[in-house]
Amino acid sequence: MDSTVIARLAVRGAVIVLAFAAAAAFAQEPIRVGAFLSVTGPAAFLGDPEQKTLEMYVERLNAAGGINGRKLALTVYDDAGDAEKARTFTKRLIEQDKVDVIVGGSTTGTTMAAVPLVEQAQIPFISLAGAVVIIEPAKKWVFKTPHTDRMACEKIFTDVKSRQLTKVALISGTGGFDKSMRGECVKVAPKYGVEIVADETYGAADTDMTAQLTKIRGTQSVQAVLNAGFGQGPAIVTRNYRQLGITAPLYQSHGVASKEYVKLSGDAAEGVRLPAAALLVADILPDADPQKKVVVAYKSEYETKYKSDVSTFGGHAYDGLMLAAEAVRRAGGTDKAKVRDALEATRGYVGTGGVVNMSADDHMGLDLTAFQMLEVRKGNWVVIR
Amino acid sequence: MDAQWVQFVAGGLTVGSIYALVGLGFSIVFNASRVINFAQGEFVMIGGMSAVSLLIAGLPMPLAIGGAIVVATIVGLLLEKVAIERARRADVVTLIIITIGASILLRGVAQVVWDKSVHRLPPLSGDAPLAVFGATIVPQSLWVLGATIAIVAALTWFFRRTRHGKAMLATSHNRLAAELAGIDVKRVLLASFGLAAALGAVAGVLIAPIAFTSYDAGIMLGLKGFAAAILGGLGSFPGAIAGGLALGLLEGIGAGYVSSAYKDAIAFVVILAVLFLRPDGLFGALRGERV
Repeated sequence: MDSTVIARLAVRGAVIVLAFAAAAAFAQEPIRVGAFLSVTGPAAFLGDPEQKTLEMYVERLNAAGGINGRKLALTVYDDAGDAEKARTFTKRLIEQDKVDVIVGGSTTGTTMAAVPLVEQAQIPFISLAGAVVIIEPAKKWVFKTPHTDRMACEKIFTDVKSRQLTKVALISGTGGFDKSMRGECVKVAPKYGVEIVADETYGAADTDMTAQLTKIRGTQSVQAVLNAGFGQGPAIVTRNYRQLGITAPLYQSHGVASKEYVKLSGDAAEGVRLPAAALLVADILPDADPQKKVVVAYKSEYETKYKSDVSTFGGHAYDGLMLAAEAVRRAGGTDKAKVRDALEATRGYVGTGGVVNMSADDHMGLDLTAFQMLEVRKGNWVVIR
Repeated sequence: MDAQWVQFVAGGLTVGSIYALVGLGFSIVFNASRVINFAQGEFVMIGGMSAVSLLIAGLPMPLAIGGAIVVATIVGLLLEKVAIERARRADVVTLIIITIGASILLRGVAQVVWDKSVHRLPPLSGDAPLAVFGATIVPQSLWVLGATIAIVAALTWFFRRTRHGKAMLATSHNRLAAELAGIDVKRVLLASFGLAAALGAVAGVLIAPIAFTSYDAGIMLGLKGFAAAILGGLGSFPGAIAGGLALGLLEGIGAGYVSSAYKDAIAFVVILAVLFLRPDGLFGALRGERV
């Protein structure tokens, strides 16, 4: 008799203790942020800074007390640029790790592999990849932080127009980035009253583009030349351009907005214009620029911690994490639908990629001010206007 | 129109001389061993990248070039000693596969030793383009062309007139007979890899001001150089020059008059056609023996 009473009491006690423990654990439950990134493999130049950035800023957010008193817990998987692996890891993030929000997808390929899964599981997903297809048409649960190649075309054509020019020759590589940007430029040209009068291509590893440029030079009406390219090709185009003595203004894409391009092109780069994210020119941005504070802070924090140059790719991850954190804060918790709505309601967030104003049809929320138009003068960048 | 034509030819010659110089390296190893060395492009890369890093380290240009050639030669000798020689009883196909593996390894090591970014060497005599018949050409192209011709002359002399050269030729024709005649076949093979690597390094150094260099530059150069050597006739030195220039001109003129999107396709269709009619290449079937 006594023993059963004791047993009952013990059970009751245990239940109470467990209930308290559960409640305590619930209050301490971290905000789970999942990420699949191409940390190794051919797209490692994207995934590596993204991972470093996420790790560093999750740590910083936690050190500052977390979001709404809850810590962040980050889970990162390396998909090595493989879309199939990206699918598997997205599934694992959703089903096993039970994450609240996914920030990741370094490439368009890996992102698109994850899209059907997050749409089905109804989890807010912020992609770090470039292509327009990710957000067009707008998908309920999918957002992205980087600017698109279409915006780069629009920025360039705006500048072309402001110089009273209308006839543009295109020269582009055959790589994925180059092809996609070429297509977007052809599509948006009429909107700016720009006519594409020549359209040449070159192979990714070609060493001489004088034949293509000679054809462009021979096209009488050309007033400006736009090189949609990535890698070393644009530097060779620039050198050949000067070698042939072509005088029309030369535009490059945001794909080569780096010191390396200027170094490889040498004197030939003088006067070349290209659109670039504010992060790359943090030092020379005017103080009045709304992004100045954010990009200077991110650049110095990243470079101090990792002793390597900051890249826009890491910046995309910074923006993705901050947008997610901000959305959780405003949603007052990790209820997925509420976080999604909060993401879509993002207004005036100033990030490394630009000022973000999301809407139901625009899950990127950037406009052309996200790009700065730069010109190379004496081997350095100068911001135009 | 006329000036355009000259410019297409000038551009074609620039690229063509690069292909020719790389193609030569294939012919040397092929002559000594019947092996197609797919790591040849990597020798070119090692030459270019070594010169870049030696230059950054503060060495003057001539020393950097010399150092780059030494580095590449050592790599070539090591490759032969460590991989090829150990498998020398294997058939030629196995050896070719080994060179493919070696090229992947060398590329990986280069990523770690150097970096993944693209570099450029300063040209030997300035950047100012030269005007020729209304076309422009950079002086470095003339260096590449000149060096190719000089190297072919030297190689022809070496293989025809010196004992070592003749020993190499003999080995390529009949290894067993050469061995019985007292030729140290092992050393011949070693020397051929060293020579091919040194030549690759010279190519790498001369090309880097025009085409840049990076850890993966050897892939494309190796492929195009191989195509040039095949077109001209594997093992023939004048053939490598003719093949390289022909390939470059086809690309340049194809891009200029037909379509830049199909220039590689045009070049390879012509190569296929040539090989269909002359399976040994332009210079291969003409001679009874290889030089």
